[in-house]
Amino acid sequence: MDFNIILALSFLYIPIGLFVYQLFFGHILKHNTWYVSIVGIGINLAVALNFFYRVFLNQPDDLIVSGRFNWLTTGNFNLDLGISIDNMGAITLLVVSLVSCLVHLYSSEYMRGDSRFSRYYAFLGLFTFSMNGIVLADSITMIYIFWELVGLSSYLIIGFWFEKKSAAMASKKAFLVNRVGDIGMFIGIMMIYYVGDTHSFNLSDIIEKVKSTEIDSTYLTIAGILLFMGAVGKSAQLPLHIWLPDAMEGPTPASAMIHAATMVAAGVYMTLRIFPILTFEALTAIAFIGASTALFAAIIAITQNDIKKVLAYSTVSQLGYMVLAIGVGSYLAAFFHLVTHAMFKACLFLASGSVIHSMHDSLHKLHDHDTDPQDMRNMGGIKNKMPITYYAMLITTLAIAGVPFFSGFVSKDAILAGALAYYFEHGGITIFLPIAGFGAAAITAFYMFRLIILTFHGKPKNDKIYENLHESPSFMTIPLIILSALSFAVFFTGSVNPLSDGSHGWFAKAIGNGHNYVIEVESHDSHHGNSHNDYEGNHSEETHHHEKTYSSHNVSHDKTEHSNYHFTEHVSHAAHAAHYTAMYLSLLVAGLGILLSFTVYYFKKLNADKIYSFFNIFRLYDLSKNKFYIDEIYSNIIYKPFMFWSVISSKIDWDYYDQKFIDSIGKLTIFASDKSGKVDYDWLDQKVVDGFGNFANYMSLKMKKLQGGVVQTYILGGLVTLIIIILIIQQI
Amino acid sequence: MDNLQIYLLLSSLLFSLGIYAVISRQNAVAILMGIELMLNSANINFIAFNRFTSNLNHLDGHVFSIFIIVLAAAEAAVALAIIINLFKNIGTVNVNEASELKG
Repeated sequence: MDFNIILALSFLYIPIGLFVYQLFFGHILKHNTWYVSIVGIGINLAVALNFFYRVFLNQPDDLIVSGRFNWLTTGNFNLDLGISIDNMGAITLLVVSLVSCLVHLYSSEYMRGDSRFSRYYAFLGLFTFSMNGIVLADSITMIYIFWELVGLSSYLIIGFWFEKKSAAMASKKAFLVNRVGDIGMFIGIMMIYYVGDTHSFNLSDIIEKVKSTEIDSTYLTIAGILLFMGAVGKSAQLPLHIWLPDAMEGPTPASAMIHAATMVAAGVYMTLRIFPILTFEALTAIAFIGASTALFAAIIAITQNDIKKVLAYSTVSQLGYMVLAIGVGSYLAAFFHLVTHAMFKACLFLASGSVIHSMHDSLHKLHDHDTDPQDMRNMGGIKNKMPITYYAMLITTLAIAGVPFFSGFVSKDAILAGALAYYFEHGGITIFLPIAGFGAAAITAFYMFRLIILTFHGKPKNDKIYENLHESPSFMTIPLIILSALSFAVFFTGSVNPLSDGSHGWFAKAIGNGHNYVIEVESHDSHHGNSHNDYEGNHSEETHHHEKTYSSHNVSHDKTEHSNYHFTEHVSHAAHAAHYTAMYLSLLVAGLGILLSFTVYYFKKLNADKIYSFFNIFRLYDLSKNKFYIDEIYSNIIYKPFMFWSVISSKIDWDYYDQKFIDSIGKLTIFASDKSGKVDYDWLDQKVVDGFGNFANYMSLKMKKLQGGVVQTYILGGLVTLIIIILIIQQI
Repeated sequence: MDNLQIYLLLSSLLFSLGIYAVISRQNAVAILMGIELMLNSANINFIAFNRFTSNLNHLDGHVFSIFIIVLAAAEAAVALAIIINLFKNIGTVNVNEASELKG
């Protein structure tokens, strides 16, 4: 076997080995058991760095590792399992391994003394295993398998403190809501299997087939949207976002890894993987879902008081950005934001975990069990007590708010430029996309600074709590320092604006070259006129509007011309124009948001309560505070009627069907068997069977007398019998 | 007097007497004598059939008879030995008295 494949497989067998070890033998080393885990994950991180280094040196997008084997065959149905790592996979592997490694380190302090410490590390191992599986998978079925496994590990982590009813409920909610999306995804997989008679689940096979064959575009659109439904569930897009805020019941470092940096991004990653088979209509739907999620979640985040809830809605909002980027065709921007978001959002969560940890300790010392350690209204002014946490959080907040020189600025800017260019190309209703994008950007800046100011600035709300606060131990602050350092833009690009010029930024080079194509419904006679592609990235040489057939993919020219689908690579001037507009606009909105935040919360020029009551004239504040009543709506529309019908059905089932019908059959059976038992015993047994016995007994009593024991009697008997026989023979 | 029936009559008479003795007598020695009678009636049969129904040069019947006589002598010796032992053990030769095996 190729050594590279062995290296790549280490991403699977090391974490699963850690899972098994921690589950069965984790109790042996007590607290020190985490050293085993971090060594394992550290090896993974080293391998990921090795792969990444190759990507870094060798920019063209070719597969680093590829290998598959036949898993099962029934009839003419083949299921292959295989792994493949391209540039995108290598970068994602590095992100997952890095975040996982830092979270392992951080958790050793955060979870210190927990009664199920080793089990926590087991779950982290299981999660890392499944997440790596999604990244490595080369077939859509394998993605689906690991997809369900990350769902399982998310369920286990959310319900880690299952003694709390809210945690148990949240884990069930997350699992069930994800099922809704996964069912769609499963149907999508089945549909894709039959696309153009591919009869393969392998991603590259499917993409090849879709590119080279004529396929009904309606069919492909439906399949694409169904596949995307999986991402809607996993990446918490509207309308299935409700599980993610509740998922914050889990331990904070695990939330940072699973529900902020990696697992929720798996939906985006999967959509990027299937990007080439998504049709224009499917992408439009995806863009609108992403844009509305980004705006919607940002609005909710304004009014939340729980520090983790704010970050959770922020995560939903940022995921909405990534989905929006996919929808408008900014493949590169979506993936770029995925990576930068993983860094700064993981850091934000870990920093909030550091604050919560400290608050918790303080409250514990005061024997105060009523104050909520996660409520920002109980904090304030803790900047001086926890400087490292404060600066880490400040840097990452600047990143997420979109301030220049931070990673969030470049990636978000690319997305907004894409959305704007999309509007320039298509006009009409698509103006919603840039409006939602810029609106969400402004709101993001506002609520993130609200979080920072309420938590770290101003006067402490409670001096007693404040006195007992302390900076977290170094194992918790080191990950914060590393992650916040990675939130600077220089790690990703040499330029402030990396996507405008192909000569800058390794990231754009590594990702941008390979996959910038969208299936177009080319209209010889249909009304879909112009293409919508707006790759603003790295096409420095190809400044002209041109179409490029993928001859390298062995598609004959002839075929392509007759095909409804072909793959165009556009560089539109609109995108370039949009880029600078987008940059200035995003700077403007981010500045506005930050300014407003400082005015309201820092300088207190405006009274926050008054603003809220002003908005509340239209009940806007209540709407946001109560998360637009989505949970209540689901509860009333789905949950309660469902429960109502369940109660009715169970009543019918138990009281009538079971108690009356089934039980009466039982009673009838008892009656019948009683009777037949009587017949059997009294008649058959007592009379017939015993009768034979009695007859034999009677006869043998009679016959016994013949056995006199006198030999002469026997001889006489024999003689008489002989004579009788002779007489009979003579008669014959 | 030179026909088969006369001899057969004689032998069946002897056989009947023998069997009667075996069935009716209680004395073991008398029973043994009855058995000897039956054996001799069989001998007469062998000789008579040989004489009247086959080639005179063949002596099969005679040979059989001589064998039976030898057997009868051996049998008598064994049987009398048993009877003597019986008498020694239970003090009688009445066969009805020898009923120890009767359940």
